[in-house]
Amino acid sequence: MKDLEILRGEPAVRALVDEIGREAAGIGRPLQLMEVCGTHTMTVYRNGLGPVLRRLGVTMISGPGCPVCVTPDSTISAAASLVREHEGVILASFGDMLRVPTSEGILMKLVPAARSEIRIVYSAEETLRLARENPDRSVVFLAAGFETTIPSIAWVVRECVRRDVRNVFLLSAMKTVPAPLRAILSAGEVRLDGLIYPGHVSVIIGTHPYEFIPKEFGVPGAVAGFEPADFLLGVLAVLQQIRGRRPAVENAYPRAVRAEGNPEAVRLIAETLHPADAEWRGFGTIPQSGLLPPERFSALARFNPRTDAVWTHEGCRCGEVVRGLIAPEGCPLFARTCTPGRPLGPCMVSFEGACLIHAKYGKEVPGGQD
Amino acid sequence: MDRIDLSIGSGGKSMHEFIAGVVLRHLGNARLDGLGDAALLDLPRHAAFTTDSFVVKPLFFPGGDIGTLCVAGTVNDLVVSGARPLFLSLGLILEEGLPMADLERILASMRRTADAAGVTVVTGDTKVVRKGEADGIYVNTAGIGEAVGRPETPRPGDILIVTGSPGDHGVAIMVARREFEFEGDVRSDCAALTRLLPLWESGDVRWMRDITRGGLATVACEMASQAGCTAVLREADVPFSPPVRGVAEILGIEPLYLPSEGKALIVAPSASAGRVLEFLRTKAACPDAAAIGTVETRDREVDAILRTQSGGHRILEPLTGELLPRIC
Repeated sequence: MKDLEILRGEPAVRALVDEIGREAAGIGRPLQLMEVCGTHTMTVYRNGLGPVLRRLGVTMISGPGCPVCVTPDSTISAAASLVREHEGVILASFGDMLRVPTSEGILMKLVPAARSEIRIVYSAEETLRLARENPDRSVVFLAAGFETTIPSIAWVVRECVRRDVRNVFLLSAMKTVPAPLRAILSAGEVRLDGLIYPGHVSVIIGTHPYEFIPKEFGVPGAVAGFEPADFLLGVLAVLQQIRGRRPAVENAYPRAVRAEGNPEAVRLIAETLHPADAEWRGFGTIPQSGLLPPERFSALARFNPRTDAVWTHEGCRCGEVVRGLIAPEGCPLFARTCTPGRPLGPCMVSFEGACLIHAKYGKEVPGGQD
Repeated sequence: MDRIDLSIGSGGKSMHEFIAGVVLRHLGNARLDGLGDAALLDLPRHAAFTTDSFVVKPLFFPGGDIGTLCVAGTVNDLVVSGARPLFLSLGLILEEGLPMADLERILASMRRTADAAGVTVVTGDTKVVRKGEADGIYVNTAGIGEAVGRPETPRPGDILIVTGSPGDHGVAIMVARREFEFEGDVRSDCAALTRLLPLWESGDVRWMRDITRGGLATVACEMASQAGCTAVLREADVPFSPPVRGVAEILGIEPLYLPSEGKALIVAPSASAGRVLEFLRTKAACPDAAAIGTVETRDREVDAILRTQSGGHRILEPLTGELLPRIC
């Protein structure tokens, strides 16, 4: 806790801001960096670092790193269809996934079929408990998550195999972080001078899966942690790469991340799940960007739910927000009809959603104090 | 009788036995014992009057229970309004089947808290509803107090002071509900704030509010909005306790919005802020009391600004929606 206080405190932050200012001045043009992960968006906004960086000429753009935000309508619809139209189904998911608004209201409040219900869980592991306590029902886990969460879901799959649990199914919204970055960089719709990669994802996958970015796109990047000083270390590393014209994948979070990641977790994923094409909100289908469990765990195969039963608000521009094409403020619904109290789109629901974070923390302080 | 049954609320003999045998045994005093239809009181010329209802879940939590809460809550509303609490009314809505032992424990807490705060329960009422029509027990209390100070509107230049670590009650309730697999030594700060009354008598404070639903951030926003000022808070100076910091961190909750039930935000002129802090720390059992910010001239309709621990600034808004339902 004490070390964290140092990484949050003003002396460390100020020193880093000064150094970033010197690099930015040396580069001499405005820069746009993407923080890939919603947790980083939170670090920036909660600590009031956005305006501080902007005054140095560095603008941060929020990226696709929010699992709830990129889960497409088809998956949400499948979840709704499953619990409304099939008897004896327990639909389990993380809280904010179940609060995504749809044309029929939020998932959590849909009226389930007989003996069916919707349950919030706080870990994938709870699925096993639900399955044990309800042997006569099917537990469907709406599994949304990136590489940070996926090992725990893979572990559940492995346990189900080991213990021969037959009433657990996954509605997979598991996705990998590097895939949409290729999509964003290939499309070239938004100018990115650098990327800040999520530290917790690299705890699992290491730094190698991003190597294609400097190699193929010449875009600098750094893996960063989530305290203010951690994040700024990442920004500084990226600016140094820009200035030195040597794009790379730098590990600016060495206290938690090793280049090779966590081999055991990676092996667990590889042994229990397989890569597949996946649909993303805003991106459409990205080849080999998702992970699926073995067929016997597939809720889609077992129940064949409708994928067009519900949809999210038509005017919602979350799809463009997750691609970095517009800032939340660029959506006409933002903070007008779509608010934290009454969200209309997933980015206003999730704690990692750019819209929610901007709405809660993003109002500029008048007079530009820092 | 082991459990509350419907006959208690009937108005008949068993109700009388219940009131005399259970309620009066805990809360009895000269005014209440007569069981008249109304209490006859001698009131001060300047009095404060307030009411509050309590539906906390669970009924018992580390550091208190609904009995502590229903007295402290109303007492604190009087104290922060500059009034010395004198009399309370007590309305009980009981669910059929509530264990009598639970009720006795709750009544004992009420008495203990009332004695500590120097108030007496002078009138009351009991209703029982069928099982499933309420959740154990709901309580309403109203309180009358004698005005000993006169709150004023905060002004630019004033100092913001908290009497201790905000958010402990919210975290204690979350742990007690076992919604998360947390364990830990965290207690609600639920307590009467009558020890703050000398601050009104000395005239060293301008304004006070107890930090309840919505937490410190919401209270600061309301103060600034009403006063037509902007509150500037320094995150690094807010004395959050380690459990509050820890739980907020893990759940991604903003601790500035976590409720307390025994802490206040005080606004004092800068000339007396030092004396207020000294009093709180040495004479009012508030060792963690701290100056956490200032009142500034209204800045373009902004209620409150947080200077973050890392030196950035952001706007603080009142709590929207409900962070934790049924915390008091």
